[in-house]
Amino acid sequence: MMLSVRDLKVSFRTDDGLVRAIDGVSFDLEEGEILGVVGESGSGKTVSLLAVMGLITDPNAVIEGSIRYKGRELVGLPARELRRLRGNEIAMIFQDPMTALTPVYTIGWQIAEQIQAHQRLSRSAALDRVEELLAEVNFPNPREAMSRYPHQLSGGMRQRAVIAMALSCNPALLVADEPTTALDVTVQAGILDLVRKLRATHNSAVVFITHDMGVVSELADRVMVMYAGRIVERGSRSELFNDPSHPYTRALLGSIPPLTGDKPRRLPAIPGSPPSLLRLPKGCAFGPRCPARYEPCDAGKPDLAGGSHAAACFRVAQA
Amino acid sequence: MAALAIFLLIVFACLSAPLYARWAGVDPFLSTLDAVITIDGQDVPVMEQSTEGLGLGYTPLGPTWRLGNYFLGADNQGRDVMARMLYGGLNSLLISSAATVLTLILGTAAGLIAGYFGGVTDTVLSRFLDILWAFPIYLLAISLSIVTIAEGISIGPITIESGSLWLPVIIIGIVYVPYVARPIRGQVLALRNSEFVMAAINLGVPGPRILWRDILPNITTTLIVFVPLMMALNMLTESALSFLSIGVQPPDASWGTIIQDGQALLYTRPLVALAPGIAIAVSVMALNVFGDGLRDALDPRSKVRLGRD
Amino acid sequence: MIYPILRRLGQMLFVMFGISVIVFLIFFATPGADPAARIAGRNAAPEVLEAVRHSFGFDRPLYVQYALMMKKIFITGDLTSFVNRGWKVVPAVLDSIPITLSLVFGAAVLWVVFSIIIGVAAAATRNSWLDRLLMALGLLGISMPVYWLGEVMNLITQSRYHDTWLFSWVPPLGYKNFSDDPKGWFLTLVIPWITLAILYIGIYGRVLRAAIIESMQEDYIRTARAKGLSETRILLRHALRTSLIAFVTLFGLDFGALVGGSALLTEVVFGLQGIGKLTYDALQSLDLPMIMATVMYASMFVVIANAVVDFVYILLDPRVKTS
Repeated sequence: MMLSVRDLKVSFRTDDGLVRAIDGVSFDLEEGEILGVVGESGSGKTVSLLAVMGLITDPNAVIEGSIRYKGRELVGLPARELRRLRGNEIAMIFQDPMTALTPVYTIGWQIAEQIQAHQRLSRSAALDRVEELLAEVNFPNPREAMSRYPHQLSGGMRQRAVIAMALSCNPALLVADEPTTALDVTVQAGILDLVRKLRATHNSAVVFITHDMGVVSELADRVMVMYAGRIVERGSRSELFNDPSHPYTRALLGSIPPLTGDKPRRLPAIPGSPPSLLRLPKGCAFGPRCPARYEPCDAGKPDLAGGSHAAACFRVAQA
Repeated sequence: MAALAIFLLIVFACLSAPLYARWAGVDPFLSTLDAVITIDGQDVPVMEQSTEGLGLGYTPLGPTWRLGNYFLGADNQGRDVMARMLYGGLNSLLISSAATVLTLILGTAAGLIAGYFGGVTDTVLSRFLDILWAFPIYLLAISLSIVTIAEGISIGPITIESGSLWLPVIIIGIVYVPYVARPIRGQVLALRNSEFVMAAINLGVPGPRILWRDILPNITTTLIVFVPLMMALNMLTESALSFLSIGVQPPDASWGTIIQDGQALLYTRPLVALAPGIAIAVSVMALNVFGDGLRDALDPRSKVRLGRD
Repeated sequence: MIYPILRRLGQMLFVMFGISVIVFLIFFATPGADPAARIAGRNAAPEVLEAVRHSFGFDRPLYVQYALMMKKIFITGDLTSFVNRGWKVVPAVLDSIPITLSLVFGAAVLWVVFSIIIGVAAAATRNSWLDRLLMALGLLGISMPVYWLGEVMNLITQSRYHDTWLFSWVPPLGYKNFSDDPKGWFLTLVIPWITLAILYIGIYGRVLRAAIIESMQEDYIRTARAKGLSETRILLRHALRTSLIAFVTLFGLDFGALVGGSALLTEVVFGLQGIGKLTYDALQSLDLPMIMATVMYASMFVVIANAVVDFVYILLDPRVKTS
């Protein structure tokens, strides 16, 4: 097992008291596996992965639970040790390539900086490696691209550069936080191909965070659906797409336009909006928006029940 | 808020200057070299015969630390420094607040006109502001002072005497106009292109009415934030000009002129120069702290900045 | 890259012209007294007045007067003082420039170094007692009148504590030429440098702290953390480096303004015969030609300095270069 997260809880101290953003998330990840994490914004999908990366720097954050990477506990690991893993064994790609790069340095400089932070390599050797990496992510003219500043590249090119940077130390685990959301559709497809190819060539495990079910259905081996800081359903891609059991997953699947056949006149939207973490409903957090709600839903929070395909819903547990 | 309280305390102390002078029975503008005061039943001359050197010079009385009785000592004309401090503070405050008002009015007008009307008007005004902005403040102030200080100025029916407090007010008020006009222009420009103003223009609402009803209310926050910071800057500028003898003219006083008077006595009676400097530093600091707080509370994203010089 | 530089040069020339016109109008066209009488000084003889009128072209149209003034100041340099009879003004101005530059350069080195240290230290420890202390000191530095601080310095180093080991090395007020006496040059300038720098350390320390804290919120800082860089490297190479762009702009404006006259107060207090002191002395004797020359030269310097800073800015911020 490469990554094993158990009962992860992330809370923030605020003026209105402690707010729990992540409430008991557990999941495992095997080598070379692509895990899709799906949810609306505010569902905690990004925060839980930032916690894995040790990137929650807010002094008011409290992280509890266990995150084991290759058997090593990451929660409570000294910053120095964590830094050695970050960017080296665990790398991250961020959502908006426009702002993810420091504006005053060239692409080449920034990628070489990461390589040299983790490997004893001369400047020129590091730059040679940068050239290889940029070629690998399909830059037509890598030598020339190295001397470009971020603002001189298009969004898709920038995201490729960010990916090249994330891959620079051959990470065993790659966390991609909505890497295609800020890009247009044709560029998106290229980036997804790239992620697939990387899994094949580097055998990296990938956690792919997205709110787009369509992307997940193309890419992920296993899927995890999050709502209000908790996992509501998880399972293999086919289990989840062919046999969704949680009403929220079903609603999400209903909101992807079908690729073939007649387009519905309007996509069914999920009524209501995600709850504020400050005022979570008493029982199941999805209760107020759920079409299948009945008495037990208001009483308590359902646990994630089942084997490899599991859902957190009283209806499912009952059946 | 503590900062505001301190500043208001200083303001009230200065406002009480005439009361203090009457109570102390001194005239802070009259040279009284041969005055004699009574301390603990003993007669003490305000100007003491110097005991050093040839014994020809006179040293003014040091601080007595008795309120109403040369508390901070005398200056080299035998005047009560405490009374002059209060009067001087009053002038400093008057000039800097009047100059603040003037700067805000001129700056807002220029910013509004340039930002709203755009085109040639904007180009001309903005270039003019650029020039004024690039002009070193003290050199501009000195140039304006030197031509007006000797004989005053008369434009048409308005005549300003050379010793008038209006001269420093006008000079300080003018030199800082770009500081206000530039950010205001930027804001007005953004508002001008906003949907609600566009809608008003399309509805045929007359320009002055749009400026007054839709644009001005939206820049008042910025203007309010400017007040304390501008005031702090103006106090420093006023004191500097007065120190250079191109601000408040004798026998009137301001904190700047008292520091200048005290320069000659620096090594013998340092308090004459130290006290007004401390008064300036405390007032300016209080205004800056208050201004920073005000900005953070009202307009945290604005870049209104403390002045340079 | 050429286009923005050319544009900036054009703008510079325009501002120079504008300033010279304003100076001209202030001195020659302010309503009130006769400009010739102002230039000739107090109680000038009628024949002197007549000579002034002729040589400045007061009987001719304004644009001729402007051209004559500019010619006297910048081309022939034969503007003479009437208060100090026959004293050539332009060479005096040129002689005073190195003194002002010495003062401002030294102070600039101090304030850049210390404000970066303070800004970074305060930003790195933000909201701690150290941060609060540094920012309070910075505010105090901004709030003190610089000439008053200079007098306090003089009081301490020249009088009250001059005889202690701490300040016995401080030479009497005045300036020594670097070429004659480098050590004396340095020693006489130390206290003025510190005095002038204190104000700017306050301003720059505060501005830099705010800029660093702002850039620490940026996405690229999170990327830098994800790369596994150390906090120190993130602070210095990423947050500070991007904050320096604002710092440099400010520096250019202030450096120019200081050389162009704001250092005047410091020069007066410490008796340094720089361009500011020259202006101050002329002010006391109402020597208009001298003031015209100092104002003109100093403001031209400011405009050039500002333009130079903008060129540096173009080099520093790659985003400007191509846009």
